[in-house]
Order: sequence, then structure tokens, then C-alpha cells
Amino acid sequence: MMLGFNWLMSCDMNPEKVKALPKEWFEINGFLKIGENGLVTIMSPNPEIGQNVKTSMPMIVAEELDVDWNDVLVEQAPLNTGIFKRQLAGGSQSIRQGWESLRTAGATAKSLLIQAAAETWGVPMNEITAVKGQLLHNKSGKKVGFGAMASRAAQLEVPEEVVLKDPTDFTIIGTSRKNVDGSKIVTGKPLFGLDYKADHMLIAMLEHPPAFGMQLKSFDASETLKMPGIKKVFKMEKHLDEYSLGGLDVDAFNEVVVVVGNSTWEVLQAKKTLKCEWELASEKSKEIDSWGSKITVKTPAGLESSEKHYEILNAISKRKAKVVREDGDPDSMFKKAAKIIERSYTCPFLAHNTLEPMNFFADVTEEKAVLVGPIQTPEIMEKSVSKRLGMPLEKIDIQMTRMGGGFGRRLYGHFLTEAAVISKEMKQPVKLIYTREDDMTQGTYRPSYHALYRAALDEDNNLIAFHVRAGGIPESPLAANRFPAGALTHYKAEEWSQPSNITVGAFRAPRSNFIAGAEQSFLDEVAEAAGKDPIDFRLELLERAQKNPVGENNDYEASRYAGVLKLVKEKAQWNSKDPNVYRGTAAYFCHNSYVANVLDMVIEKGKPIVQKVYCAIDCGIVVNPDAATNLAEGGVVDGIGHAMYSAITFKDGAPEQNNFDNYRLIRHDEAPKEIEVHFVQSDIHPTGLGEPPFPPIMGAMANALYRATGQRYYNQPFITDKALIG
Amino acid sequence: MSTFNLNINGKVHKVDADPTTPLLWILRDHLDLVGTKYGCGIAQCGACTVHLNGTAVRACQIPIASIGSEKVTTIEGLSEHGDHPVQKAWIAHDVPQCGYCQAGQIMSAAALLTSNSNPSDEDIDAAMRGNICRCGTYTRIKKAIKTAANS
Repeated sequence: MMLGFNWLMSCDMNPEKVKALPKEWFEINGFLKIGENGLVTIMSPNPEIGQNVKTSMPMIVAEELDVDWNDVLVEQAPLNTGIFKRQLAGGSQSIRQGWESLRTAGATAKSLLIQAAAETWGVPMNEITAVKGQLLHNKSGKKVGFGAMASRAAQLEVPEEVVLKDPTDFTIIGTSRKNVDGSKIVTGKPLFGLDYKADHMLIAMLEHPPAFGMQLKSFDASETLKMPGIKKVFKMEKHLDEYSLGGLDVDAFNEVVVVVGNSTWEVLQAKKTLKCEWELASEKSKEIDSWGSKITVKTPAGLESSEKHYEILNAISKRKAKVVREDGDPDSMFKKAAKIIERSYTCPFLAHNTLEPMNFFADVTEEKAVLVGPIQTPEIMEKSVSKRLGMPLEKIDIQMTRMGGGFGRRLYGHFLTEAAVISKEMKQPVKLIYTREDDMTQGTYRPSYHALYRAALDEDNNLIAFHVRAGGIPESPLAANRFPAGALTHYKAEEWSQPSNITVGAFRAPRSNFIAGAEQSFLDEVAEAAGKDPIDFRLELLERAQKNPVGENNDYEASRYAGVLKLVKEKAQWNSKDPNVYRGTAAYFCHNSYVANVLDMVIEKGKPIVQKVYCAIDCGIVVNPDAATNLAEGGVVDGIGHAMYSAITFKDGAPEQNNFDNYRLIRHDEAPKEIEVHFVQSDIHPTGLGEPPFPPIMGAMANALYRATGQRYYNQPFITDKALIG
Repeated sequence: MSTFNLNINGKVHKVDADPTTPLLWILRDHLDLVGTKYGCGIAQCGACTVHLNGTAVRACQIPIASIGSEKVTTIEGLSEHGDHPVQKAWIAHDVPQCGYCQAGQIMSAAALLTSNSNPSDEDIDAAMRGNICRCGTYTRIKKAIKTAANS
């Protein structure tokens, strides 16, 4: 099985070239083992959600090991925080935070192999070099493969210090390597949580309240229990009263009804016969342990609606809010301004809609709890489920499967705990499956945000002061210390929030996924008012931020920010204008990386079509360029899609969308016809890439739409904001 | 419960199941053919696309009782060695990100190429509109279909 994908890495479909599996593996360290025939298995420590870390993280180990990539097999590592650091998919941090430990693991193993060869040959270690899985002693001409030295190397003491390569000597990092699961994916092999099976496994589904602000009163399962294949129907309390909730224990509905049966279809049918009575929930107040500090979170009572939400957003945005940053004297400058531009931007709640819905497998016995499935935060959930089951950590075995999308949704692992509780109750292995409807109406949404921007211009249309007041339900999207903070003498940033009983969670590039588009649309209007080219306008501000920054806490590097704008300007040939092409630009910094876009729109048959997107990125060293390009292309499509089409709205507390017939996701024909991605050549250690390409494109889309239609788009999704052709 | 003899990937499989059970769950739960994915259950996402007598259909909408002796092909049976031109093109363009939708995408693309060996961009748009890729690999999917068409 493992060999099946190894031969595809080189994309030459010739299994003859592949080594057979070795007779014996020698574990060199927790990250890798080497077979007697030279084949190397590298463990990929972090959860794979489509960001391709299962390929790129082992590439980093292989680089320092100096093995031939064609001789590498990859396995998903077990959860073991003693060996692996931060086994988490989130914040675009896997490569950035794994960089040193992955390199060190490879370099340490190489050092042990060299030492083994040095001792075998009786020569000094520094006379031996490793090249593509071979150990060479040039003076004597001796040569041996890693496999022959693996047994001896595995017995040696691990060196305390190793020398890492100079990046100019990299031969694997910076070269494109195919997805290690590629052939399994295209042939439909079991890879995902939903594909997992075990003997005697039952299927479970949940029935949760139909609206936020409601809870279970009672249920009648008499009909359900008569349905074929149904084993049990019961009420489950997810967290017990004494449990202290953590920051990722997001869940609107603590009490749900569980239906357990033999097969998915039987449980699906039986669930429809369940008769539940729901009642209004009262206001709740719960202490939460939020990353070490105890905070009290109040959940209001009541049934909320989107209509009311937008009234609240608009009303609160008119009031003064908490000032998070103030430079100079913005209030006075606004008083003496010749012209003030004021604009408001909004976005709706969004459901993550990973295409693989939430699910988890659990087999909980007295001895242990085996939990298998898609989870972005296994090390956090291990502690949480241990408490819920009353089982020590060492009896909890969480195994990571490939995930059918994450986007932040699988940071919140209540479904793992639910599966465990159900399995414990049934005393049998269980796979919990959320239907699409259950998944989409359960909560953990991207919050609904509002941003009010104001710019003060003098008589010559120079920008003299800038003001942002951003808030949302239930959190603010403000990033007060990001651009254009630092580029303006007079700057003010305020934030506010409004509580809600609708649960929210991190959604690809949290907060940035709205504020970037809003800010970049606003800057486009300000540039226009100032009579300046939108890219040059930003570059002027960035020059100021670089040469003479205002304030101490600016959390971006102005030169790198300007770098991506200059790169995209060059690649898009920004100055060569075609009257039939409407161009929008935007740039943003988040998750330690910089992205700039130019989006080309044309009108065909009265419809705006995204003809081409140029994307320039500075994320430091790029480990796997083609895969990184793919991820950036996806970010562009995802950003256009959510800005244009998607929304979760509410009436009487209930989500009005529950499946893809009423929740619109971008489809094939709506994607850009072409996406061209360029990376800034850099020797800076890698920074984030999963999230940064997602936020700015929303601004580029809005700005291109303005050029194409003559109308500004302020409210996402744009498709319902106003007619696309003015 | 009834007994059905289904012709799937060139083999006859005997299945005991409720006649209303969609092919999707027969494949996944009864026959361990889990390459066909569940995404929506209402024929809106295309993750469960299989071929029925060579035509792309959504397995979540096909009750087992309606299949009779028609030939079902799933991603597992598209080619013997994973070397169908569409599968090869998918690897060549390294299309997948999370990979969950890709079996359905490949089945839709393969059916398109069977009926139209040289599809235009518009033909591809029309044939692939029913398959959602949440990761946004659409531009690569289009390139891969063109590569497969030319191979």
C-alpha cells in the first residue's frame, strides 16, 4: 500500500524503479525509521486538512537527512507530544513552527548515520558526506547506503548539537514534489475519517435543537425504536456541569438526542421519526478557561434574526467604541478636513462547510479509548475527552486521519467527545456522522462583522487622518496595529462587540477574512478620491511606514508588504491598460505572510467574469512550490466564492440555510479562468500560507466589480448586495 | 429487506438491504467501496458521482431497487491500476488539496470525456458545475481535464 504512492512521487508511473519494503525497520528517532534496503519512512507530525503538510513536512526532514525523495515513504505520525511539537493544524503555523524541529530531526539522523559509517570504516566523521541516501568517504572511495548503516546508527547516542544546512544547499526544499496521498485520492482508497471502519461498528447521529436559543425539553423515541436496525435512542449531555470549558469547547447545544443503529441509511431514516420537544433556553453564564485566563462568557437568551443583527450592527457602529489605538490627534484633523470619506462594510455569518461533514470513530472500553478521525487539535482534545470519560491520558489513543477540509471548523472537537460518550454508552465501537444539515445548522460559524472607515483629506486631497471602528456579533474583526497603522500621523482604531447565542469559531484567516476586504475596498476609494493609482497610493503609505513609522507596535514589515505590491504590479503589467478589462487590486498581511492581488474582470453576456488573478506572495522560503501555488489558487477561489455568494442567515433563531441547495458555494464555472501565483524569492524562514491568500482577494474582487459596474460593493455576499451590472 | 444482485465494477455483488437505500450507502456501508463520498445527500455537491452505464449520476439519489442489471462503475473500478487518463492527469497536475471531492470530480470528468473527447471550456463548465470543491481546485481540474482529453 505504501509503495503504491511512493512511485507516483516522481510522477513516472513505473513501479519497477521502486524498492520493495524492507525486511526490517530501524527507528533512528521519532521522526524517521530506515529499512535495511535504504527505504526511509518519515512521520508527518501534523494533521492534514488539505494544506499539504503531509508532503511538505517530511520534505523538510528529508532535506536535512539527504535522502533520495524517491526512497521516502510517509506516514501520519501518532499523537505524541513528547516527540512532536504542536501537533495542530491552525494559524498557518505548521511549517513555520515545525521548521526547526523537522530540520533537526533529519540532521540528527544523518549525523548518526555518518557516525556509524565513521566507526565502521575507522575514519573521522568529518571526512564522510551524505548524498541522496549514500554515505561517501572520498579519500578511500568507500561508499555505503543508509540502509546498511541504519542498524548501527539506531544504537548510537543522539548528538546534542547538529549543524543545519545552508539554505543555498537545499535540494528538496524549494522543488515541487507530488502529494504523497495523490494516488490514494484519485483511486478512492480509504483515507478520511468518514471512511474508517471497525468490526461491530455502529452508526450514530444526533438531533440538536432547530434554533439557537432553544434546548431539549423532552423526546419520544417510540416510533424511532421500531425502525429497522435501530439499537438505542438516548439523551446525551456533552459536557457535565463540573467540567471547566476551554477556549475550543464551542458548542451551542449541550444536550442532544442520539440515535444509534446498524447502518447510515437506517439511522438517517429513523432519525426522521424522532419526536422532540424543544423549549426556550434561559440566559447562561459560564466560566471558561481561555488559554490560561478565566473569563466569564454570557450567552443571552432569545431567538435572534439576521434582520435584527444588521439593525444592531448599524446602530452600534454609529456610537463611540473602545479606542484600541490612537496616534496623533485624529479628531482635530477630521474637524479641519476639507473632505471626509465615510463608508461601512458588512459580512454575514458563514458555515465552514468542509465537504467531509463532522464525524468521528470511537471505541471506548474499560481499558482504553481509541478515537479515530478528522481533528485539527488532537492534543487539546486528548485532555478534554480524558476528563469527560474519566480516563487517564495514557488510555486515550487519538489517531489522525486525512481530513476532507478543515478551514478552522475542526479546531472545535466536540464531535470527538460525542463519539466517545456514545461508544461508552453502547459498549461498542461507534462512528458518529453529522448529516450535511446537522453540520450546517449546528453553529461554530464565522461571525458577522461590521467595519466603519473614515478618511480625512485636505484641500489637495492628501490623506491626513484615518479612522476605523470595527465590531461584530459576537467579536470584533479589528487588527489595530496592521497597515495602514504606522503609515499615518493621525490614526484611530476602535472596536466593539455584541453577544449572541449563535456560536462562532475560527474560519480560515479569522477576522482578516472580513477586515482585509473592507479595508482594501476603502483604500481603493480613498486612492480614487486622492486622484492616485491604487497601487502607488499604497506604496506611498508603505514608504512612510518604512522610513518613518508612526507608533511602536506595527506588526508588519513595510518593506515586505511593499515587495508583494511591486511584484504583482510587475507581473500583472499593471500599467498596460486594456479598456475591456476591469482591474482591481488589494494586498494584506496576516499569519506572518504578505499577499497582493490584481484581479482582471471582463463582461461577457452582461455578466462579470473573473478572467485572471495575479497573486504575489511573500511567505519566506517556499518548501514545495507547486503545492504552495495550489494552496494559493485555492485561497483565491475560496475568497472570491465567499465574498460573492455565501451566507448563513437566521430567522427566529434558526439558520435559514441547511444544505447546498440554499447555501451557495462557488462552483467550477464561477472560478477565475486563470490564476498566476508568484512567490518573492526569499531566505527568510517559512511563514504562513494556508490562510494569507484568502482575505485580500475579497477586496480585489470588490474593486474590480466597481470598475466593471460603476458601483461599490460594501456588503457581502456581493450577489445579494446589489445587481452585478449597474 | 430485499436481496439485490448489483453489477458493480464488473462484478456481481449480492446485497441485502431496504429497497429505498441509496446506492451511495450500499457502496459505503455494505460493500466497503468508500471512494464514493457523502457530501450533501441531495445531489447538490457531486461528491458521490458514479457511472451508471457510463453516465455520471449522483449515487445519493439512486435507490438500490432502481438499478436492476445496469452497470455501476465507481472510482475504485474506473481503471485497474489507477491509470485512467483522467486519474493520470489529476496526478500530473497534482490537483487535490484535501482530496475529499476528487473522486466525484474524476468520475464527472471521465464521463464528460467519454461523450465529448475534446470539450471546450464551456463544455467543461457545464459538466463540472455540479461538483463542489470546497478547497477551490477548479482551475487545476480544468487543466487536468484538458490534459486528459489530449492524451
